[in-house]
Amino acid sequence: MRSLMIAALGLGLATPALADWQQTLEAARGQTVYWNAWGGDARTNAFIAWVGEQTEAKYGVKVEQVKLTDTATAVTQVISEKAAGKDSGGSVDMIWINGPNFLSMKEQGLLHGPFANDLPNAKYLDLSPNSAASVDFTVPVEGYESAWRLARFVFTYDSAVVAEPPRSMAGFLDYAKANPGRVTHPDVSNFMGATFLKQALIEFAPDQAALQLPVTDAAFEAAASPLWGWYDALRPFMWREGATFPENESVQQQLLNDGEVDFGVSFDPASAAGAIAEGLLPDTARVFVPEGGSIGNISFVAIPYNAANREGAEVVANFLLDPATQAHQQNIEVLGSFSVLDPSKLNVEAAALFAALPSSPALPKLEELGPTLLEPHASWMTKLVAAWGERYTK
Amino acid sequence: MNDGRALRAVVAFALMGGIVLPILAGFGQTARAAFGVLPAIGAVEWSLTPWAQLFALPGFGTSLRLTLVTGLGSTLLALALAAGFCALMHGRMAQSAMGRLLMPFLAAPHAALAIGLAFLLTPSGWIARLLSPWATGWDRPPDLATVNDGWGVALIVGLLIKEIPFLLLVMGSALGQLPVRQQMAAGRALGYGRGVVWVKLIMPQVYPLIRLPIFIVLAFALSVVDMAIILGPSNPPTLAVAIMRWFSAPDTALLLPASAAALLQAVIVAAAIGAWIGAEPLAKRLGLWWLRRGGRGHRAEPGLLAASSVVLTLLVLGALALVSLLVWSIAWRWSFPQGLPQSWSLKGWMTPGSGWGRAFQATLVIGVCATAASLALAIAWLEGEDRARRARATWAQALIYLPLLVPQIGFLYGLNVLFLRLGISGGMLAVIWAQILFVFPYVMIALSDPWRALDCQHVRAAAALGAGPWRRLWAVKLPMLIRPLMVAAAIGFAVSVAQYLPTLFMGAGRVATLTTEAVTLASGSDRRIVGVYAVLQAGLPFIAYGIALMVPAFVYRNRRGLSGGA
Repeated sequence: MRSLMIAALGLGLATPALADWQQTLEAARGQTVYWNAWGGDARTNAFIAWVGEQTEAKYGVKVEQVKLTDTATAVTQVISEKAAGKDSGGSVDMIWINGPNFLSMKEQGLLHGPFANDLPNAKYLDLSPNSAASVDFTVPVEGYESAWRLARFVFTYDSAVVAEPPRSMAGFLDYAKANPGRVTHPDVSNFMGATFLKQALIEFAPDQAALQLPVTDAAFEAAASPLWGWYDALRPFMWREGATFPENESVQQQLLNDGEVDFGVSFDPASAAGAIAEGLLPDTARVFVPEGGSIGNISFVAIPYNAANREGAEVVANFLLDPATQAHQQNIEVLGSFSVLDPSKLNVEAAALFAALPSSPALPKLEELGPTLLEPHASWMTKLVAAWGERYTK
Repeated sequence: MNDGRALRAVVAFALMGGIVLPILAGFGQTARAAFGVLPAIGAVEWSLTPWAQLFALPGFGTSLRLTLVTGLGSTLLALALAAGFCALMHGRMAQSAMGRLLMPFLAAPHAALAIGLAFLLTPSGWIARLLSPWATGWDRPPDLATVNDGWGVALIVGLLIKEIPFLLLVMGSALGQLPVRQQMAAGRALGYGRGVVWVKLIMPQVYPLIRLPIFIVLAFALSVVDMAIILGPSNPPTLAVAIMRWFSAPDTALLLPASAAALLQAVIVAAAIGAWIGAEPLAKRLGLWWLRRGGRGHRAEPGLLAASSVVLTLLVLGALALVSLLVWSIAWRWSFPQGLPQSWSLKGWMTPGSGWGRAFQATLVIGVCATAASLALAIAWLEGEDRARRARATWAQALIYLPLLVPQIGFLYGLNVLFLRLGISGGMLAVIWAQILFVFPYVMIALSDPWRALDCQHVRAAAALGAGPWRRLWAVKLPMLIRPLMVAAAIGFAVSVAQYLPTLFMGAGRVATLTTEAVTLASGSDRRIVGVYAVLQAGLPFIAYGIALMVPAFVYRNRRGLSGGA
């Protein structure tokens, strides 16, 4: 980075942005970034620890992961700080965020920015108006958060137990009828549980375009009624007859590992391969997606408006977009989550880093994952979760 | 005399400023939000809407019912079972042996025990694995709701395993103050069966002495969070868990009904204790009527036996739960229906750098500081009472135990907002202070009786020899009290290690202790890592108790007369 900077200066190409970045690097040196991130996944935690080692060595920026049980905890923390009038020196420097939490913070002016498009490594991203990195659950990102990992909704299963997994969400009903008590999904108050419902919502909704607009009562009625028909039929055949649900996808993976249920859910196509390597799933575990494709989105990092170590957080966000970091992250032995970078924007050396990554039989090829379905507008998820609660939480 | 009053005034002032005011202030903030005022999310109008919203939230009624059933049910059951067990074992088992038996259960934090218990009881858990497939015929786990059941039975079982040992401990110390043997002899001579003597004669005398601990158990069971997340039902969960969910929902508008619910949680606890006190005269009248009928039968014996076998079963379950965590912490692959892991690994233990090393350190530092401060405060308070030669006023008693009786969730959120406004949140100091709130009362419980039981002739002899009040404290009282002091410290340390919500809220999520990490990881899927944390979490207090027993033995190695009593 430094040699690049010197070279750029030498050539007289020092753009204002680049000069700003130099200032950011200087201000960041010595800072400790408190990165608030869901802490339920040991591999992610280890990756974040690795990021901290790297940024400390390269930029003198330490990273401390604040391990959350739920991302919204960090949002609540920033709100409490705002309530207390603490408009600077806040305790949350960076949040792993997307979807409703991002919408909520952006709407209330709780985020620092725009900063993301000015990060030097943003040049590797496809930031065209409707690309995955510039729209988060149909909410325009507008530089208030920076991409770091790609998420695709997938199901995990044990190929030694389930010979032929369902080909669609509708197929889950047939499967559950034939195998009562073997299908479940995470609690809907959890993001992954809501995503399970959204995947079905998209498959059954008569009008796909309506899902991309803010929800209205009429649109919801029309889109959700086939979903509820399917769910009402499925529920009696679910695990524990649909009366209780695993707390989150990790607990469901544990149920899969214990043989209590036949499917897990994940937002990471490499999750089965990763879990096998960690001894958390049998060697025969695989992933599949419904034939019509599955929901995909990008996980971002955002910086609260009152973050004490704003510059440090920007440096870490930029480091996360470094091709070498993204390749390390995609390594199945590390995290195995797919890169967010645009392959066409990588130079030869960077592309070689990705080509050299190890493979695994449990790791799906990109083409096996089918098309990526767009997340519905974030208001749909809020409405869906509330409606599900009204129907099924008695 | 003046000296004593001054000392008491200082301690009372510290407690007032350190306990009562912050709790009231925290409640104040929560109450403001409960009635519609939380400027941070743009809510500025006083209104009752949050309450209407709360009552309309899906599952609210069920959550409320679950809270009442598990809270009241577990407390009543714990009391009855502990009384039965105590009646059967008293005199047949030395109090010190009983203490050793109960220690692991008292020391193991709720979360650790709950995690182990969940693994033990679940249809794919250890019990099922040991019996499958040869006895059960299951080659895949059955679909039975043995944990997270809709009635909260698993949660009640978990609470019982923690509460019964605590009640047994306080019953044991209460019985020490009663002439049990003489009364038993008198009762038997009048032709009453052993069990009946216990139920009719001794328990009514024990009850007033253990009333406060019962209220503490009741308040805790009604507002427990960590155990209810792991063992309780999820759709809907108990009220305390639902409140946590609402506080952390992406939809910030839920903060207002969540605050209303937090306030309601406090009302529920107050009402439950009120109802309990209200039921006492009734129970008394019934008891008297029963007593006067004069039935002497031996029929109480089978009941006591049944209660004792339930208690033993629960203790065995608890022990197995703790052992299962130890096994997981050194396992690699362990799948159904294997009775033991297929492969072993020390990986979880070998990488302290990736997590547990720092959490261990933080837990240790916080625990030692909070315990030391609480112990110093407790000594100052008790010495102040001695010097003023006055018994403890009821208000003072209430003041000390206030933090144990009000639900943490009711004031911690508000307190966090307040602390942020003062700019003192997110640090170790805030966490240590918040923990002292909960450590100090337990230290007082453990220390008060032995302190009062101290033979005052030694102190008088020292005074007669010219020792001033400070020298009497340093040279006579404290050395004589070293055993209860160490036990109080160990209990305080165990309480500190187990604190979840205060650490979470006051540390702004930045202070990671073994307990916060274990609860967070329990939301993940890796039982092996959870096992490492839970073993450390349960092990630390265990070591503290061990030290508490060893120090007096070492100090008294050449003073045998002192190593017995107190």
